[in-house]
Parts: sequence; C-alpha cells; structure tokens
Amino acid sequence: MTEEIIIAGFGGQGVLSMGKILAYSGIMQNKEVSWFPSYGPEMRGGTANVTVILSDTRISSPVLHHYDTAIILNQQSLDKFEKSVKPGGILLYDPNGIVHEPARKDIKIYKIEGTRLAAESGNPKTFNMIVLGAYLKLKPVIELDSIEKGLKKSLPERHHKSIPGNIEAIRVGQENVESILVL
Amino acid sequence: MDVKDIIKPENLVYQKSHVLTDNVMHYCPGCSHGVIHKLVAEVIEELNIQDKTIGVSPVGCSVLAYNYIDIDWIEAAHGRAPAIATGVVRVNPDKYVFTYQGDGDLASIGAGEILHACNRGENIVVIFVNNAIYGMTGGQMAPTTLVGQKTATTPYGRDVNLNGYPMKITELIAQLPGTSYVTRQSVQTPAAVRKCKKAILKAFENVGNKKGTSFVEVVSTCNSGWKVDAVEANCWMEKNMFPYYPLGDMKDSEKESPESFK
Amino acid sequence: MGDVRLMKGNEVIAEAAIRCGCDGYFGYPITPQSEVLETLAIRRPWEETGMVVLQAESETASINMLYGAASTGKKVMTSSSSPGISLMAEGISYLAGAELPCLIVNVQRGGPGLGTIQPSQADYFQTCKGGGHGDYKLIVLAPASVQEMYDFVELGFELAFKYKNPAIILSDGVIGQMMEKVELGEYKPRWTAEQIQEISGSWACLGKAGRERHISTSLELDPYGMEKNNLRFQAKYREMEAKEVRYEMFDCEDAEYILVAFGSSARICQKTVEIARSKGLKVGLLRPITLFPFPTPIIRELAGTVKGFLSVEMNAGQMVEDVRLAVNGKVPVEHFGRYGGVIHTPEEVFDALKQKLIGE
Repeated sequence: MTEEIIIAGFGGQGVLSMGKILAYSGIMQNKEVSWFPSYGPEMRGGTANVTVILSDTRISSPVLHHYDTAIILNQQSLDKFEKSVKPGGILLYDPNGIVHEPARKDIKIYKIEGTRLAAESGNPKTFNMIVLGAYLKLKPVIELDSIEKGLKKSLPERHHKSIPGNIEAIRVGQENVESILVL
Repeated sequence: MDVKDIIKPENLVYQKSHVLTDNVMHYCPGCSHGVIHKLVAEVIEELNIQDKTIGVSPVGCSVLAYNYIDIDWIEAAHGRAPAIATGVVRVNPDKYVFTYQGDGDLASIGAGEILHACNRGENIVVIFVNNAIYGMTGGQMAPTTLVGQKTATTPYGRDVNLNGYPMKITELIAQLPGTSYVTRQSVQTPAAVRKCKKAILKAFENVGNKKGTSFVEVVSTCNSGWKVDAVEANCWMEKNMFPYYPLGDMKDSEKESPESFK
Repeated sequence: MGDVRLMKGNEVIAEAAIRCGCDGYFGYPITPQSEVLETLAIRRPWEETGMVVLQAESETASINMLYGAASTGKKVMTSSSSPGISLMAEGISYLAGAELPCLIVNVQRGGPGLGTIQPSQADYFQTCKGGGHGDYKLIVLAPASVQEMYDFVELGFELAFKYKNPAIILSDGVIGQMMEKVELGEYKPRWTAEQIQEISGSWACLGKAGRERHISTSLELDPYGMEKNNLRFQAKYREMEAKEVRYEMFDCEDAEYILVAFGSSARICQKTVEIARSKGLKVGLLRPITLFPFPTPIIRELAGTVKGFLSVEMNAGQMVEDVRLAVNGKVPVEHFGRYGGVIHTPEEVFDALKQKLIGE
C-alpha cells in the first residue's frame, strides 16, 4: 500500500498539523511516512500545503506532482491541485468559500462541511480533525487507535487533555462526509 | 670591578619574562608592539597562567605575535579574532583568552566582531594597539587615522568629506554593558609603560574573576608608517593623537555598577 | 526499535548534535535551516550535556567561533544555507588550512545572490571544488533522508577528526524541511578533558603546560614551507579518496542506463527508476553519498557495461563534470536538472532520459 496525499488550504487552518498527525499515526502502524511542506513567505497568512506519503515500502520521492488524494480547504488550492489528482483518485474539499466547484469527471469527489461543523461544535480549532475524519472514512488507511497514539506522541503533554475532543471531531467528520461524484 | 663580578643573581634587578621566547622580533625599531608584547608576557608570568592562556593573533604587524609570547596561540583571519576568542572561551570557560589586535583589524574589517563580542560580555581580554595606520601593508589609512594625516591612501591628508572621521571605537565599546573595564593607555615613557602594565594586569585579573570583557587600547607609534624617526614619532603621538584619543580609564566596573551602563 | 520519531531534517541535525556529544554549536538564522538553532534553543542542551549553543552576529562570526572552538580539540559545528555558506567561505578555507576538525551543515537554497529560499543543489561546485581560496577539500556528505541527516552528524565528526579536516553535510531545503521517521541513537557523552588530550593533545590549543606551544594557524610565509603543507593536505585527500568513498546503488545490476543523483534529487530519481522499470526499461540509480571523495571508481567500472549516464541535479550541471571525468568519454554522459529552487519531477527526469540518451 502506498497513499500519496496533498493537503492544501490557508495558513492557520491546521493544514500542516493535520498532515503531521496523519504521518505520526502512520508510524504507530509501522508504516513508512514522509511529510513535505510548502515553506517560506507563503506560510504566513497565505496558502499552505503539505505532501504526506504513507507506505508499506521505502518511500522514494517525498516531492510529488500527482496524488491519490487531495484534501482541499480553499478556492486557491482547489484551482491549483484539482488537476493533480490521479485519475480515479479522490478529491475531498470543504465547500466553505468555494465558488467554482470541482469540475473533473474522472475522479471521486467528496465534500465535508468542516468549517460549519466546527463552528457549530463550539470549538473551531477541531476543524482540521473533522476533515481528517472525513478522509479516514474514505480511506481507512489509519486506525483511530493509531491516531490517538499519534496525537499522544506528537502533542506536548499539556495538550493531552484535548485528545478526546479531537477524537470526537474525527468521528463527526467520519459521519458527515458527503459524496458528490462517484465513478 | 669586572663585568663578570657584577652579573650575579643577587645583583639582578630585571630579567626578560620567561613567557617571552628568544626569537628576534620582526618589528621596526621604535615600534610599540615589542613593549606591549613584553607587558602581556610579564602579566601572564606574574599571574602564573601560562598553562591556561590562549592568545588570538590578528592580521597586521602582530600576525606573528605567536613567535614571541610563549603560550598557545590561534592565528585569526583579518578582523575575526573576537569571534575566535568567543569560540574558545565558550567551550573552555576556565581559560584566559585574549585577542591582540591592531586598528585596521579591530576597528575596520573586524568592527562587527569586536562590538558583538564586547556586547555579549565575552570573558576575554582585548589588547587594541592603535597607531592610526596600517603598518604591515605599508602605511595605508586606518579607521583611526587622524584628520589631515598623510598615509599611502590619503597622500594629501585624511579628508573627512572623502573618508569620514577617525573612529573612537574604544568610546563606543565603553557604552556596551558587556564590558567591565575599558581603558586607553600608552607606552612611550617608563611611567606610561608601568601604568599600561597595571591596566593589562587588571584586565587579565578580571578574566579570572569572570567579569566579562576587559578592553585595553594602547595608543602607539608607527614611525615607519608615519615616516618619522622613533623619537619624533613619540612627540607626534603626544601632540596629535592624545588630544583626540585621551588617555585614562573610560569604565571600571570595580568603581561603578555595571547597571549604570544598562 | 529504539527511539523512533517523526522529525524534520533540520530538527534532527540538532538532536543528533546533542546525542553524539557535540561540545558547541555556533550559528546564524537563515531560511531554510533556522530550525537547527531553534531546536537547540528549545532543547537547552547546555543544561543536559553541557553543549554550548550560541547565536552569532553573522555567519562570518559563526565560522570563526567554530575555528576558535575547534582549535581547542572540541567537537563543534555550525549550520547555514547557501548565502550564509558564501559568507563562511573565508573561514572554511582557514579551517582547512589549519587542519581543524569540525562539522558544517549547508541546507541549500536556490541562487545565485539572495535567490530563493526553495530547495536547490547549486552549491555543489562551491562545496566540492573550492568556495574559499586555495587548494583544499572538504569531506562532503550528501544525505537523502532525515535518517541520514541524523547519522551523518556523527559520521561527519568521525571523519573530521580522523583526517583533521572540516566535514560538511550538503543537504537542501527538501531534506531540511521534510519530516520522516527517524530512529534516534543512544546519548554519547561529550569527550572528557582526558579524552580530548588523548585524541587531539598533540595539536590542540589548551594552554601550554610542559610542552612546546601549539599554534593553530594556516599561515606559512615561506613558500617552500607552504608547499610542504599543501603536499601534506593533498596526501590526506588522496587517502580519503582511497578509503572513504560511499555510495548506494539501486537496480544497477542489469541497467543499460544509469541516473546519477545525490540528496533529494536521488529520492526523485528512485521514483523515475520505478517508472522506467514499470515500462520495461533497464534503468538504475547510483547515489553518491560522499561527494568528496567522489565515487569515481564505481562510475568508471559501470561505464564499461552501460549505454549512458544521466546526471540529475537541481542545478545547471555541476556534478555532471565529475561524472564525465570518471566516464572519460567511454559512453555519453548527459545532464538534466531544474534551476533556481524548482524541484524536478520523476516524470520530467524520465522524459529527459528518453530524449537525451535512449533516443525516443
């Protein structure tokens, strides 16, 4: 199994940390992982993206231009990465702020109303975990148990009390993902 | 009385420091470096720290200082001696580390390194030999060259419109909270030599007491570069350099609280 | 398995320094390597192992702090990115001239000039062919993974002390910024004063006690003396060439065409090999791990059996010159690369291979 993912959105949406949790959880399942971020000025308030690879075998290139899954959290990223999804691959997006819907017909398209659900839950910070939940529903490459372990290892101890809330957010995401285009 | 009857241990009033090597110095007759080297060597001998002193020599006439003072030495790139001394003392805080630098090395190409080392209060001694000229490269303008002073690169005299003003870097250094002792001395008379030695001794003692940076400027002569004889050089220095670079302590943390500088 | 973490290449450099018993780090912030100094500042190793960490006022100062500390036989290092390494070039030449062991890390970005902060491999010439003045060589290690960033810190120090020569880890923005699984080694204590005496006591400036004074210098005004120094350096470099060449090969056994690539470019080329093999083309990859000493002998050997080499670098063609020297005209040697901070794709490399060598 090799899963090649791009996660893209605004800086501050938790793009990089979502990727980090996914990668750390992969390690908990003895997978090979890589996490390569966009870095530099675009981090600060602009767009942010990260390439995450999970694999059962040694990972060759950590830098990719075609992905099995694209997790898209704003319009700029949709414009930039829709074309990068491999035919038959998955595009998962949050419709918040999206004015031009994805148009490809050769990929599976799903949406998760992460922004709305997070706001309704009263904890907007769980936004990225809701989106992660939606992804895991579509691609159950990582078990929830590993996510919990991954969070424990990647978060400083003072944040451990937030782990149950994060796990709950993942469940919310798993339950609310909607299919837009099925091949 | 025969000479050999006089040369007896009980008649000994002065001898060369054993921290000085027997190498013949390459400095020009009349140059201040020889005297300053001697003072540094005597201080190291008196404090009995030859085995824990590390000198950092500059680029300039004193690049070969390591041939004359019998201690471990590191030869620096031009201007970088304070950074090198920082590296040495940070990983060897028990050593006595000093830099020995001229005006071109310290105040021109190495102005950044000296200000930052002093500002961090590195526990080192800086011996700054200011003769207002580049000696080794053949008498070009230094940052401390006086207004109107003729050098190889200011053949009609230093023009402030072209070259700016002589830099009083020691006054700048004295403003930095990291320094504990900042003084300006000279070595043109026996009295001045004795005073200068006291200053160098205090600077090295400060290192032993972990007081931060001690900075000793020695206003010096370069009769070759100035194109005058040795005696005339001393007179020229007293007449022209001392008014612009007045002698004396600028800062002594023993007398004033370092807080007052913050 | 030991202590396995998900870490950035830059963070791992800091962690490796602490764990391998490094005595001091002197550095200056520059993207994309600032996490090295930042991680050290968070870790506070001075409380844990006694390792000194200091933010210098410039790269010029950091390399000279390194020179001072290295002159005392301590295990010390610095890191920077391309423009900062240019500033250090003077000091690196002095370190090589004074034969001081130390470790330098370059997390390369695109140039020339201020350039970009995106990954590049355009400092190959600077690192392997000079950079500073004079006839000198650095021991050059090119990591292709976060794990190698970790491993090469200790290896770099080992080789630096073995040859009394600066070693450099030539990394880039990809390896520095990406996170991968890394297995951290055991803590090794810093050398004691007695150990330093034993390892470097014959030359280190630690205070003249009961011996001749030690002088750490690159200066020798007598040209015949300086020539003698140079002959000694050259003998040392030849010994490195004989003993320290490191490389890795993928699918080279039956290969007709070989990609030569180092660092992150080698990772990308591994994917190209996968693509080529999936299309039935016999393509292999040779990854130099040491760029100096360069794996000339194996390339020379392969030149007898393959149809051509493609040197793939994130630059306008630098390592390709060393590949050509090794191949010495036996078979075609071509270059492919993107410049100025652009990372080539595995597909682009595959297309270049077909166009330039296979002839499609």
